Amino acid sequence: MGWIRKDLLGLEELSKEELELILSTAESFKEVSSREIKKVPALRGKTVVNLFYEPSTRTRVSFEVAAKRLSADVINIATETSSVKKGETLIDTGRNIEALKADIIVMRHNFSGAAVMLARHVNLSVVNAGDGWHEHPTQALLDIFTLKEKLGKLEGLQVSIVGDIAHSRVARSNIWGLTKLGVKVTVCAPKMLIPVAIEKMGVAVTSDIDEALSNADAVNVLRMQFERDGETAFPKQLEYFKEFGITQERLKKAKKDIIVMHPGPINRGIEMSSDVADGANSVILEQVTNGIAVRMAVLFLVAQANEKIKNNEDVN
Amino acid sequence: MKTLIKAGRVIDPANKIDALMDILVEDSKISKVAKNIQAAADKIIDAQGKIVLPGLVDMHVHLREPGREDKETICSGSKAALAGGVTSVLAMPNTSPAIDSKENIKIIKTAIQKSAQANCFICAAITKGRLGEELSDFASLKKEGAIALSDDGSSVDKDALMLEAFKQAKKEDILVICHSEDKQLAAGGVVNLGFTSTRLGLRGISTESEYKRVERDIRLAKETGARVHIAHVSCQESLEIIARAKKNKVRVTCESAPHYFTFNEEAVLGYDPNFKMNPPLRSKEDMLAIRKGLADGLIDVIASDHAPHTENEKDIEFERAECGVIGLETELAAAITELLGNNLLDWSKLVLKMSLNPSRILGLNKGTLNVGADADIIVVDPEREWIVKKENFYSKSKNSSFIGRSLKGFVEYTLCQGKVHRWNS
Repeated sequence: MGWIRKDLLGLEELSKEELELILSTAESFKEVSSREIKKVPALRGKTVVNLFYEPSTRTRVSFEVAAKRLSADVINIATETSSVKKGETLIDTGRNIEALKADIIVMRHNFSGAAVMLARHVNLSVVNAGDGWHEHPTQALLDIFTLKEKLGKLEGLQVSIVGDIAHSRVARSNIWGLTKLGVKVTVCAPKMLIPVAIEKMGVAVTSDIDEALSNADAVNVLRMQFERDGETAFPKQLEYFKEFGITQERLKKAKKDIIVMHPGPINRGIEMSSDVADGANSVILEQVTNGIAVRMAVLFLVAQANEKIKNNEDVN
Repeated sequence: MKTLIKAGRVIDPANKIDALMDILVEDSKISKVAKNIQAAADKIIDAQGKIVLPGLVDMHVHLREPGREDKETICSGSKAALAGGVTSVLAMPNTSPAIDSKENIKIIKTAIQKSAQANCFICAAITKGRLGEELSDFASLKKEGAIALSDDGSSVDKDALMLEAFKQAKKEDILVICHSEDKQLAAGGVVNLGFTSTRLGLRGISTESEYKRVERDIRLAKETGARVHIAHVSCQESLEIIARAKKNKVRVTCESAPHYFTFNEEAVLGYDPNFKMNPPLRSKEDMLAIRKGLADGLIDVIASDHAPHTENEKDIEFERAECGVIGLETELAAAITELLGNNLLDWSKLVLKMSLNPSRILGLNKGTLNVGADADIIVVDPEREWIVKKENFYSKSKNSSFIGRSLKGFVEYTLCQGKVHRWNS
């Protein structure tokens, strides 16, 4: 089957087949970045708008690079410089971008569900680049892509996600994506950072980091956002490192070739020690490279699907 | 002016009537209820195949006037009420200014006299400005016409102040309606705490934040002997506490709203702010408990908690959107569809919950088809199915959870103090 969605809002609603389609499309796009002329004309004439309501460098740049390698035109809007500060609603902003005849909005937003709402109100494609604590689908896709590339398969693997699960869109998207693809997932965090009923997402839960590492083929280490401290119950930095930080010591007790992932940016000495971040098990920079291929695939698929939707509407 | 309602199935639990009968209305009063009334009438309503009920009494309505006439006015809200078969509403005091003084009651009374289409009764604030700091003057509020007290939208956090409020209410013999919510326990949540809040990545509101406060409000009411009514009950634990209190002869009554017996938290999964309310839609188990509580009589009243908001406040990011939904125009059909349709209530019990009980709780002379009573009567087509559409609402606001749903039961006529309104759309 083909891809029929005009938007990518999350991984929860995707089928296994749709996830596999994105991954295989990304595989074919990965080669583009190793060419001398790193460009294909797939989205020539299309306009991609990066609409970022939260500061982000790596995700925005990754989307920008991906869009440009597909020959799309890219416009970046950050809240500081836009009329959003003047009180324009999200829907109005979306409709204005639509009126500019843009084709895709890539949106980062601090409110959960913002991308879902925007997508309901505009006909152009919406790609969620992270909404609140809800989903960050392209991050999870690039994590999964990297995992598959490294280990050759996904089915039957054991992945542990460590860190602030409660407030993490990366965790949620990874859980939906991985479990649909047959990966066994364990989440590991201090109890205060485990959200209610998370086990209903089909994951095992532990607060023991050694247990989380013991059988894992990969560990995905989330960024700890200590700026949350004070807002909700939150562990202290040093305590966190002592209890949950990934160190060479702890990795010794894990599988020898365990893969260590991190969505970045890393707090060295908090989520993991520097020698782990830079060590042989780390695939953190490969994740960044793969992010481009995955985002190229997503932009390409939603643009193509929306084209079809529009053509069908014309016929009807 | 005489109106004769002919051959409808008349349901009037106050008089233990459920039979095919005629009702003769003279001017604003009911003059006769009997079979085959032979009388010359100016207007005859053929009610064959229809159900004839006392007009509904909705004891939880936000009319927004004074202060937020962009959301609703006394005129538009009371028109919406009539269209939904509601002939009497209790207007909540969380307006701007809040209805917390004699002077402010005069403002709203004047507005009601000027523009109300239905019977509008006044609920005044427990505390000045609804700030939970200082009690309003209950005696003068009552004297000026308030028939109940509530800080609805907020709970009075301070135990000592609430205790004093109940003491005063007991002294004045006035009902206290509690919005039972511990804001601290609610922790800034926007949906029910549970798997849904986890899936959506939204802050959750625990049932604890509701039932702990229900427990307190009932305890304080019991200490003082005051009458207390718990508004918008949404969860099982609250019901258990209320059941125990009723067993122990505490003077407590309670209500729930159509959204709590129709929907559960899963309705929020699309982030549609028309499913955002406070208390939030709870789990499926809670929804079933509300249905059971309605069926077995524990829940005395169905009230809409009609809470109009403009599109600018509602059609935005879920976390920023205002809480609450409109309900006047859909509550009867929702109850017919969900409660009668599932054999949880019969027509008499429906009238109890939506007319006679609220009337009794508020001390109103409504909710019956007594000869001599105000002619507040509705004629309902019980079989007609209709789709709830945004463009058909009389309310100024369109924030309904029921948009797009098919409901059964259509109000064809509303008589309010004898005045006949006919509804087509």
